[in-house]
Amino acid sequence: MPQMTMVKGLNLALHECMREDPNVLVMGEDVGRDEGVFRVTEGLLQAFGEERCIDTPLAEAAIVGAAVGLCFTGFRPVCEMQFDGFSFQAFHQVEGHVRRFRNRTRGRFTCPMVIRMPYGGGIRAIEHHSEAPEATYAHLVGLKVVLPSGPRNARALLRSAILDPDPVVFFEPKAIYRAFREEVPEEPECLPIGKGVVSRTGKDITLISYGAALRTTLEAAEDLFDEYDIDAEVLDLLSVAPLDNELIHNSVRKTGRAVVVHEAPRHCGVGAEVVARIVEDSLLFLEAPIKRVTGFDTIIPFFANERTYLPDTGRIVRAALEVVRF
Amino acid sequence: MPRKAIQIEQRVEWLSVLSLDGQADASLEPKIPDADLRRLYKCMLLTRLFDERCLHLQRQGRIGTYGPCRGQEATPLAAAYHLNKDDWFVPTYRELPGYLWRGWPLDKYLCWWGGHEYGSAVPPDINDLPICVPIASQCQYAMGIAWGLKMRRTQNVCVAFCGDGGTSQGDFHEALNYATVFKVPLVMVVQNNHWAISLPRERQTASPTIAQKALAYGLDGVQIDGNDILAGLVAIGEAIEKARAGGGPSLIEAVTYRMAMHTTADDPKKYRSEDEVRQWEERDPLRRFAGYLRSRKLLDDKIQALLEDEIRKEIDQGVERYEQYRHDPFDMFRFMYADQTPELRAQEEELRAYLNGQAPHAAPPKDLSRV
Repeated sequence: MPQMTMVKGLNLALHECMREDPNVLVMGEDVGRDEGVFRVTEGLLQAFGEERCIDTPLAEAAIVGAAVGLCFTGFRPVCEMQFDGFSFQAFHQVEGHVRRFRNRTRGRFTCPMVIRMPYGGGIRAIEHHSEAPEATYAHLVGLKVVLPSGPRNARALLRSAILDPDPVVFFEPKAIYRAFREEVPEEPECLPIGKGVVSRTGKDITLISYGAALRTTLEAAEDLFDEYDIDAEVLDLLSVAPLDNELIHNSVRKTGRAVVVHEAPRHCGVGAEVVARIVEDSLLFLEAPIKRVTGFDTIIPFFANERTYLPDTGRIVRAALEVVRF
Repeated sequence: MPRKAIQIEQRVEWLSVLSLDGQADASLEPKIPDADLRRLYKCMLLTRLFDERCLHLQRQGRIGTYGPCRGQEATPLAAAYHLNKDDWFVPTYRELPGYLWRGWPLDKYLCWWGGHEYGSAVPPDINDLPICVPIASQCQYAMGIAWGLKMRRTQNVCVAFCGDGGTSQGDFHEALNYATVFKVPLVMVVQNNHWAISLPRERQTASPTIAQKALAYGLDGVQIDGNDILAGLVAIGEAIEKARAGGGPSLIEAVTYRMAMHTTADDPKKYRSEDEVRQWEERDPLRRFAGYLRSRKLLDDKIQALLEDEIRKEIDQGVERYEQYRHDPFDMFRFMYADQTPELRAQEEELRAYLNGQAPHAAPPKDLSRV
């Protein structure tokens, strides 16, 4: 099995899906000749031509709005928002149309499209390039919201997203685009959207995370094991809409303790939903209150201070110790 | 009833004053006092040398990603020249010379690219807006500012900038439409630098000019040589004068060229030829302005050397001040709301305890514990 980065894994999925289905289009700013500002769309223009790998004029609303219409004419557009911060310039199309058309037209018109965007902090980027708005999108029912955490699941989930009959917002944790390599199978594979995985098995506490924060959470789990003899189970949600209830409840009922980790702000974040579900259905299995380790309820600071904002292993370990020692 | 042409009383002008070697067309040459021309040149030179230093600082890791403005210095400078202190300047992210003319300290500009919010903390005596990243979104608040100035019955104006890429965004068009409907004192300048990252101007819009987009909204549109500061001084001067007199908004397309990369994260070799870049070097706005000043005996080698020396010292001092800047990690909590919420106060304490290596804040916020 070849080793590759997440960027390569995503690129591979795009090549595979475009090769298999002539209706799959890739569109966005600088996705063609420039091959995407992170090179996720490398080689697509060359392989599939400019009718299928489309350098659009600079207008996020037009990219998404056009994709809605392209869906109605049988295409499966994969839209790129160059950075998550610019996706809000297409927000009225996403909120008003993308997520509603199936329901509005009682199934006559649907939007089997993907909106990809790099998200999150940690790469010393400038303003509007580091936010984590997954909860904002997760709250727009009708959308599926997916966040891979490594090269292999990124490739598999992007394929699933493209094949999905409904719109998928696909958040790519840019901090780990090239952070590590992983073995990726030769043959295309899918992962079910709405299902998470156990990334590390353990018995003492459940650490729940996704996206770039998963790596930090896994490192914290190792610290807990090495330094405190605490055996943490780590869940990778992979999808925050829908959420994998079964995964969360099974683990928390086993360990009786939970910490949720994400880099987005705490207030109304994905962690709030996860905690609510645990409290609703697994409260009596809990040995201690649940904690959230998240970004603060502030605008993510400019990069000189972003490390202070992003959850680090120290904050996760502290929270886990508090929960375990409750 | 018949089919006939509708007469639209509008036209789009092209304006260029300086030749490539800096000779002015005497019939178009603006009357700018010599002292002002010298100051303008010094500011353009400062911009050029500071911009080069910023690139250098980025390569050394002393600031983050940097978006250079090389080749685009003439028009923002011309605009800033005509603004009074209490007029408004609304840039996007390549209008460095405008900021410098208006008195922004170099260290503040470095702070923005160096990852500190202080870079957006506009000095209290300057009516400028900070660097704006979401493309063309600034057109809307610039229009709102101009509208407010009109409703306040002032003689002030607002000059805003965006790029050729920005003209594809709805925000640009909505702002122009409002500006004209409400006849506000807005001068919208489009720096057409031919490239929106990798997308060439021809793929951005099928219009032969960007200036003609003004016609649809009923405002004046003019296309100028954006590498010719005299053309900028004439055209923007007229637009500002008209706006001050209550004549409403204008659109100015400055045809220029992004000589460097989009930002230091970009590699322009992927999408444009070196040849094209070389052709634009002949149109370099700094060299043309220098040629003009030399022909008017306002500049010679000796003055140039003195200026460069003076400017380099100024830049060194700015860089030093920037590097002395120390960020307060708790700053992020202080400006979210006028009154800090109890929740934010608790989060600030939580961070403080963590950074101090103390036990984290276990108790719930006081007002909740009473429930």
